Amino acid sequence: MELNTLTAHNLMELLKKGDICPIDICNNIINKIEKTEKSLCALAHFDKEKVLERCSNLSKGAEKGALWGIPIFIKDNICVEDELTTCSSKILKGFKPPYNATVIDKLTGLDAILMGKTNMDEFAFGSSTETSCYGPTRNPWDLERIPGGSSGGSAAAVAGDEAIFALGSDTGGSIRQPAGVCGVVGLKPTYGRVSRYGLIAFASSLDQIGPITKDVEDAAILLKAISGHDEMDSTSADMPVPDYLSGMKKSIKGLKIGVPEEYFIEGMDKEVKNSIKVAIEKLEKLGAVCEDTSLPHTEYAVSVYYLVATAEASSNLARFDGVQYGLRADNIKSMIDMYKKTRKQGFGDEAKRRIILGTFALSSGYYDAYYSKALKVRTLIKMDFDKAFQKFDAIVTPTSPTAAFKIGEKISDPLTMYLSDIFTISANLAGIPGISIPCGFTKNNLPIGLQILGKPFDEETILRIAYNYEQNTDWHRIKPRLI
Amino acid sequence: MAINKDTVKYTANLARIELSDEELDHFTGQLDKILAYVDKLNTLNVADLKPTSHVLKMKNVYREDAVKNSLPVSGAIKNAPLAENNLFKVPKIIDIEA
Repeated sequence: MELNTLTAHNLMELLKKGDICPIDICNNIINKIEKTEKSLCALAHFDKEKVLERCSNLSKGAEKGALWGIPIFIKDNICVEDELTTCSSKILKGFKPPYNATVIDKLTGLDAILMGKTNMDEFAFGSSTETSCYGPTRNPWDLERIPGGSSGGSAAAVAGDEAIFALGSDTGGSIRQPAGVCGVVGLKPTYGRVSRYGLIAFASSLDQIGPITKDVEDAAILLKAISGHDEMDSTSADMPVPDYLSGMKKSIKGLKIGVPEEYFIEGMDKEVKNSIKVAIEKLEKLGAVCEDTSLPHTEYAVSVYYLVATAEASSNLARFDGVQYGLRADNIKSMIDMYKKTRKQGFGDEAKRRIILGTFALSSGYYDAYYSKALKVRTLIKMDFDKAFQKFDAIVTPTSPTAAFKIGEKISDPLTMYLSDIFTISANLAGIPGISIPCGFTKNNLPIGLQILGKPFDEETILRIAYNYEQNTDWHRIKPRLI
Repeated sequence: MAINKDTVKYTANLARIELSDEELDHFTGQLDKILAYVDKLNTLNVADLKPTSHVLKMKNVYREDAVKNSLPVSGAIKNAPLAENNLFKVPKIIDIEA
């Protein structure tokens, strides 16, 4: 059996029965990686020997963690002690963190096996994984196309069966959009649900770590494993973590679901629009009550995001200056010269562009016109959701306006690239949870994602809708055949 | 125009990034296009709105001021491009810029 194609919950059953050992899973994955990684480029750092070592070091006693023997890949912006963690950027070349992110401690505490790091857009700046210093990741459904971004490596590895499941991070859609265009499940938790300690910061008021998985049950399992309050992250919420697995199996009969008209815009792909319509009909058949609604400030979300996120990024990325870690330029004349040359050589185009844009939005004379205004419009976007959630239990939308575009198609036009996040950004600005699940294919056989957004800290309801939909459709069972 | 070359050059200096002439040219064009797009925020009246810098209801988060183990110095500096005597080593700070 090809164990690498299975879900974590399938593997947990097989392990429990004693039919297989963790080393069998790891060997299947290693074989698959040796076959397909050259064409996928989904991984940033992978060391076979280390994986085998971790496998043999697994606890063999009766006390086994909930994820015992289950392999997991980690996005390259999450710190793993003494393992390369580079945000797919030259400026962090060779960086090995002296500590683990909280999510890593949680996963290894449950006896999961760390497999390695996945490729990403440099510092998570992008929607296509083309800005990585390791080269672009490719979409397993069509190698000429992007896997989405910035967690494109995680999504492509899961879709291409190089991974069982993986962690991503989502600042403006970086889990949901790649999951959508790769035909897998991706969940961005509520801001504060998962500790950000050890996640290399992009935009601190928007970033969240979350699961990318082959089905909804695995998303619930992984979310449960990484959630919870952490005193190392003062923005992590001190709230109980529900049992997502049992909660999601309840029927969705009577749930009220809003369908915002602003997410069915002119210029969006007709096949995407049609698939979402059919998915909504399915939800109605399953007993949900779907009604049109409005989130009137949606059209301002991209503008707000690219001011707020870049402003925060410009401040967060000030620490990459050649002093504490990573690259330092040679032949430098002074301290300032060292900063400037190191950052010139270490950052790619998109990182430079965003840092300059964010610095501009925060600079004296422009602060009120740009940054401050964006924060006020963010209030309007949040109020739109508050109002909608007075009436609805959840909101459904497309995850992206189109299926995966071609590599190179948008990379030279940043604004066009930014607009591909148009349906995912609002959830980060409002801090609410969202999940993307497969809901169909285009005639070119490219996956289409359905996004379900929920109330703050109500991941349970979006998982419940996603699970009910998934159990009554077969989209998640269809695998890419290209590789 | 929302932004010109001089402003991009000035801002890049604030951000401590050296730009080539070519980068300066293409960033100016791209940033101008992005800023023209975000200009749509000006169509909204936001005078009476409070800014949202984060979405959580929490205000200050306090903890006991207790002594705890921290990262050892050797761990904190092990990634430094240059270190000496358990310290980060950098070029002379007090210097006159040419």
